[in-house]
Amino acid sequence: MEFIQPTSWREALEAKAALPGAVPIRGGTDVMVELNFARSRPQAILDLSRVEELEEWGIEDGLLRVGAGVNYTRIVEEIGDRLPGLAMASRTVGSPQIRNRGTVGGNLGTASPAGDALPPLYASDAEVEVASMDGSRRVPVADFISGPKQNALSDNELISAFYIANADGPQQYSKIGTRNAMVIAVCAFALALHPEQRKVGTCVGSAGPTPIRVEGAEDFIGGVLEEGDLWQSRGAIPDAALRRFGELVAGAARPIDDVRGTAEYRRHSAGVLARRTLGWAWEEYRGVRGAA
Amino acid sequence: MRLRLRVNGEAREAEDVWEGESLLYVLRERLELPGSKNACEQGECGSCSVYLDGSLVCSCLVLAGQAEGREVVTVEGISEGDGLHPVQEAFVEAGAVQCGFCTPGFVVATHDLLRRVPEPGDAEVREALAGNLCRCTGYEKILAAVRLAARRMAK
Ligand SMILES: Cc1cc2nc3c(=O)[nH]c(=O)nc-3n(C[C@H](O)[C@H](O)[C@H](O)COP(=O)(O)OP(=O)(O)OC[C@H]3O[C@@H](n4cnc5c(N)ncnc54)[C@H](O)[C@@H]3O)c2cc1C
Ligand code: FES
Ligand code: FES
Repeated sequence: MEFIQPTSWREALEAKAALPGAVPIRGGTDVMVELNFARSRPQAILDLSRVEELEEWGIEDGLLRVGAGVNYTRIVEEIGDRLPGLAMASRTVGSPQIRNRGTVGGNLGTASPAGDALPPLYASDAEVEVASMDGSRRVPVADFISGPKQNALSDNELISAFYIANADGPQQYSKIGTRNAMVIAVCAFALALHPEQRKVGTCVGSAGPTPIRVEGAEDFIGGVLEEGDLWQSRGAIPDAALRRFGELVAGAARPIDDVRGTAEYRRHSAGVLARRTLGWAWEEYRGVRGAA
Repeated sequence: MRLRLRVNGEAREAEDVWEGESLLYVLRERLELPGSKNACEQGECGSCSVYLDGSLVCSCLVLAGQAEGREVVTVEGISEGDGLHPVQEAFVEAGAVQCGFCTPGFVVATHDLLRRVPEPGDAEVREALAGNLCRCTGYEKILAAVRLAARRMAK
């Protein structure tokens, strides 16, 4: 096995071009489990932990650009106020030990349907920036994640960053697990209110082959808010509409039975999480609960 | 490959390190520091917790080469001199140690919590130690040990 340790982004891209089979590692919280259990024996490992460019975040084109190597602890501490949905999701990842190492870049690399960072990215229309020696491209996250544990990276590409707008309204993330901490989600749901665009962003996690954005539910609730002029008046969402929103989300989930939960339980919980998170976020928007 | 790093304040070297090896393996098998325990090798139990450049990590999930030139502190290095660290004393006094296998990981994780949050509430303690498993104590005594250590260190 070869071990390659670039110290700059350019060197990293060169190495990936020269050895397309090299497996990138940053936090190692997914890669090391594979290695420790001899599930994979790559010909080469490309360590990205010394590439300082990947540790940076800042504003670009009016959006936040967050390097693929920023770990969950830093997401919560440094940009949690700008990205409350992603921060809530990050807080649920593993344990302090895991959050000190694990990164959103690694979550995108693994592309698990249970990846906690993914639903908040979907709900806010985030884009993934990938690069190779030929240049870089930006891919909407829903196109980047192409299947269970599959993403749109080519052999010569690496993930450099993701782009996401500063929260322009309340956001929520809710996750069901078999205990409070250190669990893979049985089901999860991210919600983002975008008052400026008068849109509600959604995404179900862990209830399908990929995270699922529920456009039907977004359109439905968008119509209810428009019709009642609720964005403007900040009036309450009728209970029946909240329930219908939950039903539409449950109906869009495509869960499977596995050791962590049955498909039926997952579908039901997706609906409950959707209804509750919308209720919480809307109350916050109205100024009833927490600060907007 | 050859690995050079600082462990518990000393420059150390390990020879013939396999490229796919974990930092935990290097510490235990090559540097004769068996304090960090190997139980799960998948980040679930926390018994291999160490500081890497001041950050609490599972050493089983750090690739050895990633630690090149870095600073590692293990449970062997958290006390000064030959005495026990107040966290270690508290674990002994509170009876938070039974078979002891999980103890080094708990001690390092508790050390990390108390340096960040000197007077943690129970919920904070539970959250901070969620990545450490114990098969023997039932955790109540561990919680008591953390409270005891916090009280003493706050003085
Ligand atoms: C005990 C434990 C608990 C966990 N709990 C959770 C949880 O609650 N929620 C959750 O979502 N995940 C969880 N995970 C999984 C893991 O922590 C996350 O997926 C994490 O985001 C991975 O990030 P990393 O930097 O450690 O990735 P790595 O392991 O370094 O890499 C993961 C994948 O991404 C690729 N990769 C990494 N960086 C790049 C890059 N820049 N360009 C291209 N490819 C790249 C790697 O080749 C690999 O395929 C857990 C893991 C463990 C061990
Ligand atoms: S041995 Fe590293 S967490 Fe269990
Ligand atoms: S004391 Fe035995 S595992 Fe904790």
